[in-house]
Amino acid sequence: MTEIALPRPAAGVMSDPGALGRFGEYGGRYVPESLIPACAALEEAFRDAWSDPRFRRDLDRLLAVHAGRPTALTPAWRLSADLGVNVLLKREDLAHTGSHKINNVLGQALLAKRMGKTRLLAETGAGQHGVATATAGALLGLDVTVYMGEVDIERQALNVFRMKMLGAEVVPVTSGTRTLKDSTSEALRQWVTCVDEAHYCLGSVMGPHPYPWMVREFQRVIGDEARRQCAAELSTGIPDYVVACIGGGSNAAGTFAGFADTGAQLVGVEAEGGAAVAFGQVGVLHGFRSYLLQDENGQVSEAHSIAAGLDYPGIGPEHAHLRDSGRARYVTVSDEEIVPAVRRLARTEGILPALESAHAIAWVIRAAESGELPPWSTVLVTLSGRGDKDMATLMAAS
Amino acid sequence: MTTLPRTGRPLLAPYITGGIRPDWTEYLHEYVRNGADAIEIGLPFSDPILDGPTIQEASDTALRRGVTVRSILDEVAAIDAGVPLIAMTYYNLVHRDAAAFCRDLAAAGIHGLIVPDLPVDESAPLAAAAASAEVDLTLLVAPTTPAARLAEIAAASRGFVYAVSTMGTTGSSFAASGGRLATEVRELTALPVLLAFGIATHADAVTAARSADGVVIGAALMRRILDGCSPAELGAVLAGFRKALDEDGSDCVP
Repeated sequence: MTEIALPRPAAGVMSDPGALGRFGEYGGRYVPESLIPACAALEEAFRDAWSDPRFRRDLDRLLAVHAGRPTALTPAWRLSADLGVNVLLKREDLAHTGSHKINNVLGQALLAKRMGKTRLLAETGAGQHGVATATAGALLGLDVTVYMGEVDIERQALNVFRMKMLGAEVVPVTSGTRTLKDSTSEALRQWVTCVDEAHYCLGSVMGPHPYPWMVREFQRVIGDEARRQCAAELSTGIPDYVVACIGGGSNAAGTFAGFADTGAQLVGVEAEGGAAVAFGQVGVLHGFRSYLLQDENGQVSEAHSIAAGLDYPGIGPEHAHLRDSGRARYVTVSDEEIVPAVRRLARTEGILPALESAHAIAWVIRAAESGELPPWSTVLVTLSGRGDKDMATLMAAS
Repeated sequence: MTTLPRTGRPLLAPYITGGIRPDWTEYLHEYVRNGADAIEIGLPFSDPILDGPTIQEASDTALRRGVTVRSILDEVAAIDAGVPLIAMTYYNLVHRDAAAFCRDLAAAGIHGLIVPDLPVDESAPLAAAAASAEVDLTLLVAPTTPAARLAEIAAASRGFVYAVSTMGTTGSSFAASGGRLATEVRELTALPVLLAFGIATHADAVTAARSADGVVIGAALMRRILDGCSPAELGAVLAGFRKALDEDGSDCVP
């Protein structure tokens, strides 16, 4: 695709959250004063870049020649026949580095260069965002430091090695639960010490304003492409359902952004053990206000999921708002539904999804079999990543 | 209100993580006996994004003991410290019912509050709740805060202004450049300006107090508690800071 997608009008669902970065009552910029000027400078730089056709053209070109976009829209013929609904897969697993994470990091790395930064900092849980950031850093000549919980470093040795091969430094985080939430806290702490030369390349639609909005905009390429592809593929033009898995919520936000102004039903699928919308309460963590898993005293709980990429106790603030406003709904699936969903997609379509992405598939299977999805309704599912990274988990579960 | 005393000498505000040990209030008494002008009490949070390794460890230690905001406030209510007490915590522990939170602080005898992840732009709801409970919401300034924003924060802050000396977390190395920030803020407000972050040695404290109204000492004291220092031993450490500040400060701070 060579056409340049121009920014959409500010009005309406999933629009510009304004200077305060509010999505309804959610979002905001709850960070120490030391980081306020950096967040403000980033917002200004992003607004400027996003309305600059040259920046858009440069990013579109990188997405095409480096990341392999546009990704395919694959009709899941055999699964559809089994389920009696028409399933279409948006194939982010085919993007370079194996997931949608590359869309966001190429945008942020290009923006960091434009701002004159020389380093990228990133947090990572499963390592997918860390690998993507290391990749973008190598591509654009930026030093990369990735903060990763000690527990995750043990669980994800392969991705740690991938990051190092790409030239990134991986710093173990030993505080708290030593997982994603702690690596995010540590990245914010370390950013304070080097704001002049470093950009914090945050991996999801969370964090202080402008991150939730900026990351959604960098990920909306998923939804915008899928919209065009659905228009070509479907007689109705628009799918009845648009489904995506949610940890922090970036692939879902990017997908939903392409369909927010249509009649499609938007469905976000959380892991039962990390379901901030289903089981959380409103809280403030890592710079934003949203639903958050926490105990009765306000201490943040650890999320648990078979999919490390969904192990985050919060959810992006825009999702909290989409839920409250009724524009999207959020459902959960349990760990037990995941491996069967992986196997089923593998054997009907020859596609091994990431455990994260399999949450979306698992919900579609359940909803189709229970009759919740009307016969031969059309269901677009974003397949956020490929399952190669999950072989050890799958071997242990088989 | 936390009116800090006008003693004519540099103000000394030591910090303690509430509930870090069963006998933690003993440290509080030792602080008072050894020259504290005010005491900052940390209400531990699971994800303290402005704290370095020492206060993270202190917070984790206290939380593992099972302490809560309620249990800490109950212990504080039972003592008469004799100096202003200031709570320091993160916004997630405050926001759900800010009015009740502030009333609870006041009922426990705490009339100051610092919330490091709540910048001035987001502070209006809590500022109102604090004011009606007669709790001073003290705001932070940082070395990167632009001049116009410094004035806005200085005007909105209550009790005093908390100047972060360095671009880092608690327990970072003290940056003498923090002195410039304190000097700048003092020109904008009649409130006392306390310098904090990284003040670990007598020399750091003396340097800081030459440009500020006083200092906050946190991680340097908490490191000693975590390493097993007794209340009396820590009292002696604080007395050392007091003496160093008084000897230097008599002719340096207006």
